[in-house]
Amino acid sequence: MSLTLEEVEYIAELARLSLRPEEKEIYRDQLSKILDYASRLGNLDTTLVPATFSVVPYHTALRPDHSRPGIGEKKLLLNAPLTEEGQFKVPPILD
Amino acid sequence: MPDLSQLTLKQITGALRKGDYSSRELAQAYLDRIELLEPQLNAFISIEPENVLEQADKADHQLAAWRKNAATNLQPLLGVPIAIKDVLCVSGLRCTAGSRILENFKPVYDATAAARLIAAGALVLGKTNTDEFAMGSSTENSAYGVTRNPWDPNRVPGGSSGGSAAAVAANMAPVALGTDTGGSVRLPASYCGVTGIKPTYGRVSRYGLIAFGSSLDVVGVLGQDVEDVSWIFNLIAGHDPLDSTSVDTPVPQFSFKQPPETILNSLRIGVPQEYFISGMQLEVEARVKEAINIMQDHGALIETISLPHTEYSVPVYYLIAPAEASANLARYDGIRYGPRVDADSIQAINSQTRGEKFGPEVKRRIMLGTYALSAGYYDAYYGQAQKVRTLIKNDFERAFEKVDIIAAPVAPSTAFKIGEHSDDPLSMYLEDIFTIPANLAGIPGLTIPAGLDQSRLPVGIQLMGAPFNEDLLFKVGNAFQAITQHHLEKPIEKTTR
Repeated sequence: MSLTLEEVEYIAELARLSLRPEEKEIYRDQLSKILDYASRLGNLDTTLVPATFSVVPYHTALRPDHSRPGIGEKKLLLNAPLTEEGQFKVPPILD
Repeated sequence: MPDLSQLTLKQITGALRKGDYSSRELAQAYLDRIELLEPQLNAFISIEPENVLEQADKADHQLAAWRKNAATNLQPLLGVPIAIKDVLCVSGLRCTAGSRILENFKPVYDATAAARLIAAGALVLGKTNTDEFAMGSSTENSAYGVTRNPWDPNRVPGGSSGGSAAAVAANMAPVALGTDTGGSVRLPASYCGVTGIKPTYGRVSRYGLIAFGSSLDVVGVLGQDVEDVSWIFNLIAGHDPLDSTSVDTPVPQFSFKQPPETILNSLRIGVPQEYFISGMQLEVEARVKEAINIMQDHGALIETISLPHTEYSVPVYYLIAPAEASANLARYDGIRYGPRVDADSIQAINSQTRGEKFGPEVKRRIMLGTYALSAGYYDAYYGQAQKVRTLIKNDFERAFEKVDIIAAPVAPSTAFKIGEHSDDPLSMYLEDIFTIPANLAGIPGLTIPAGLDQSRLPVGIQLMGAPFNEDLLFKVGNAFQAITQHHLEKPIEKTTR
């Protein structure tokens, strides 16, 4: 199977990855080969086979509904590239 | 100071308690060794000499107090230096995941596995090199340079825990933590001639582990022998309320007092025919079969078994792991941590930061995963892979009805040359062919050294067990190491001064 350049650009947009023109062609080629290889899974009949979402016995981890201290604003902002007044600073979202 | 290449954890803790040497002397010896070898091997991303020596002094204080009054309780690993793969957070210590997108990230909490060892008194020498976000089988995908194999610096140490494996093999640390998502502890352990455990999924908390494939990631241990590895495993394993996938199953305390024959006699070992493929290095096959024969000589019952869906493991993994990675790596957006490539819109900040700061393998896998999960393709790719995963898991379940453990090669070859797979990502993925199945099934796997090839490169053998049967793997591995010497082999030092 072969991906088109448009498909690669679409995937890159979904994944929020800005690619240079030469990168697009390299990935187009590599991804096509990998997906081609992976498509052999289609040879197996899995109609009656359930999917494995978890390899541990499925359990819901619960805890008592008591509030606990969090990490705290100061620590959480320590690694941020840009902050202002205790907030992460970003460009406007709405016009 | 005794020769570092002869030191096990038992010897270190014994010596520290007796006062044969101090924790500071020991830490300094490892730091000196790191300084000597790092220019060539590049096993570490971050090293913290001042911090380590400060902690060593504190340990020495406590040891001195204990020698005066043995009534006080000593932490089991007090004063022992360890190395930690740079995907596990240690508070205040830079954690990069081998990526530029976390270049100056300093975690504000400890990963549970790290915290448990620190609480046990261990000193963190530094953070070891890794393929970026643990994506790779060679430690060539790190943004912080390639790690070289101490056995041959022109070759890879394996990956993604290559830094940890190289550090232990070259005696830059007695033990190291690693992680294994598709073989990333077992493969470098094999290529570097050390012992490595990939525990059962859910055995060790993933809290504080930078996530790659959340249904596959496991924290593991690398060390010089099974006894050391099992000791560290014991300290890190066990339920953690901070990880909802961690299992509340008691961790057995191992006893290695039984003679090897008792363990091996009548042990049913399954040898899967699908793991001996044409094209694999003949000496790898030979070393593995010799190891199995030795176990048979000591009473083990060998049975050829079939794991019929083995050939589908690699395609299953390279759909599931990238799919999960695409979701897990969405958080690296240039907003809350890491560098930001500035732009006018949020989307542009996200795209340009990620495009510039992620390496090629990471971008490749994110895109693979995004495609496999996208509308119209989910059922054919990710959905189908999750079903075939069940078939692979069932193969193992059926096998363990007939045998106690499975013995197999770890990789089709010994360590390959740096750059050998650079042009062909798929050929790199095929190096994981024997390690991936255990991750898909969630079962534990132990690599132990099984000898060398003609070029003096290590060959490992892999023991796999039913879920939560690490104790059996450790007992068998330890028995094997009692009757063989492979784990005592060390690389010849080629450094010139």
